[in-house]
Amino acid sequence: MGSLFSAKNREVFSTPLGLNNPVTVQVLGICSALAVTSKLEPAIVMGLSVTIITAFSNVVISLLRKTVPNRIRIIVQLVVVAALVTIVSELLKAFAYDVSVQLSVYVGLIITNCILMGRLEAFAMANGPWESCLDGIGNGLGYAKILVIVAFFRELLGSGTLLGFNILNYDFMKEIGYVNNGLMLMPPMALIICACLIWYQRAKHKELQEK
Amino acid sequence: MKALRNYIDKIKPNFEEGGKYQAFRSVFDGFETFLFVPNTTSKTGTHIHDAIDSKRIMSLVVIALIPALLFGMYNVGYQHYLAAGVEGSFIEKFVYGFLAVLPKIVVSYVVGLGIEFVVAQWKKEEIQEGFLVSGMLIPMIVPVDCPLWMLAVATAFSVIFAKEVFGGTGMNIFNPALITRAFLFFAYPTKMSGDAVWVSGDSICGLGKTVDGLTAATPLGIAKVAECPDFSLDMVTGFIPGSIGETSVIAIAIGAVILLWSGVASWKTMLSVFVGGAFMGWVFNTIGPDTAIAHMPWYQHLCLGGFCFGAVFMATDPVTSSRTENGKFVYGFLIGAMAIIIRVLNPGYPEGMMLAILLMNIFAPLIDYVVVQGNISRRAKRAMSNK
Repeated sequence: MGSLFSAKNREVFSTPLGLNNPVTVQVLGICSALAVTSKLEPAIVMGLSVTIITAFSNVVISLLRKTVPNRIRIIVQLVVVAALVTIVSELLKAFAYDVSVQLSVYVGLIITNCILMGRLEAFAMANGPWESCLDGIGNGLGYAKILVIVAFFRELLGSGTLLGFNILNYDFMKEIGYVNNGLMLMPPMALIICACLIWYQRAKHKELQEK
Repeated sequence: MKALRNYIDKIKPNFEEGGKYQAFRSVFDGFETFLFVPNTTSKTGTHIHDAIDSKRIMSLVVIALIPALLFGMYNVGYQHYLAAGVEGSFIEKFVYGFLAVLPKIVVSYVVGLGIEFVVAQWKKEEIQEGFLVSGMLIPMIVPVDCPLWMLAVATAFSVIFAKEVFGGTGMNIFNPALITRAFLFFAYPTKMSGDAVWVSGDSICGLGKTVDGLTAATPLGIAKVAECPDFSLDMVTGFIPGSIGETSVIAIAIGAVILLWSGVASWKTMLSVFVGGAFMGWVFNTIGPDTAIAHMPWYQHLCLGGFCFGAVFMATDPVTSSRTENGKFVYGFLIGAMAIIIRVLNPGYPEGMMLAILLMNIFAPLIDYVVVQGNISRRAKRAMSNK
């Protein structure tokens, strides 16, 4: 069992959280990062859903990788992902109806999330199920991390709340003239916050900068 | 002059590398080159150099803005005294407006230049002078009731995200002053549009009278929700509610003459903006939808809102507009046409000039590309046929 958490496997899990983050370094999954991050709660649910789906689809495809003919592999991958997305979508509708209404079509659109197909093609097709599982969880959490950071700023500055709890909307704040920033609730601001995160990460890690 | 030069030379060593105040090197350098044209020349290659550099050009634009600014100050006072229903002399009105507008100018310059100084010091570059004009434009294109902290936030946002990340003055895609306004407009719509923001309701230093809930709608706002107001002389002279510097056609015309006479702004851009606006206004008059704003005569469209101000001071910005001579006609025409289209067809915004200019800023490089490529292929064809 020692090899389960060997240095290589730990790296498979941890690089997507930082130096090879799917959103800020590979710039994948930007569409949903714009769409679901105006509030913190849907962003967390979305992040977790993607994490679960990436992990399970990575495991399934990794198990199937030697039996799937190369020509039809994309179709097989899509079927697996679509099945998982449907399961997650139904679960959300059953147990977290309000959030699933807020996320609307974006749960279904997880199937088109580039991170999923990217990980299946780049990792699960070439590695064993345990590594693939770690890779899926790592990438899902790396995606969720960025979503949560973006949603934190957008909800705090745009609505003055966090997870629906009042943070800035007090009477004395209104007395001194504070107004919530409406631009924060619009998609462009998610891009700009993403850009700031990329900026910060690149300034910190010299190896990420292009020549 | 001589004494000033000597004084600057005397204190200069303090600001150089290893000097007492080297942290302020870029600030010092900025002020020195602002006061005196630097006499440095390039060491390699052949350069043709104009006698006036970009700091002098920027100063000319600021001078051209002064008539509109002074009139804007007076109009702020005039609108306040009118809406509050109190009598006031010319001087009182002007001083009232001056005191209302001055903090905005100070905030805009302190925030914008502060960021410029920090960036210049950090990147070890010279201070870039572009903000001299932007800092004056920003207070002139906001309503008088816009709170100062919002102005500061928006200015910081636009200097950082519309200018510095692109590489500073001369590299920006969008006009920074318009990005400031767009940020305010979308982030704090209640303070940027509607009826309550165009007239100040407070008394300042004992001048004027504090009245709660003063409202005054701009003519474009009225035309949007009710019927089109009749054309009057006030719309030309500028005694109407509106953003601080944008109301007076006459004051802006004085600025336009200064810009055209000194050759800073291109007459091609300026003229074609008006042609585009007039054409689109005429089109809507003839075949447009049956709304009040579509029936507004084209000349009235040109006088109202930010049309003149945008055409003279924003569309002609040499950095963000088209640079090819033929491209300027297309660029200007599309700005004018787009502004009227947004005004007439968009249900949400009464004014379209800001969005029209920002939109065409994106297309300016494409227009240049088409013009240059067209020229190349035309000459290639000529060369081929002469063979």
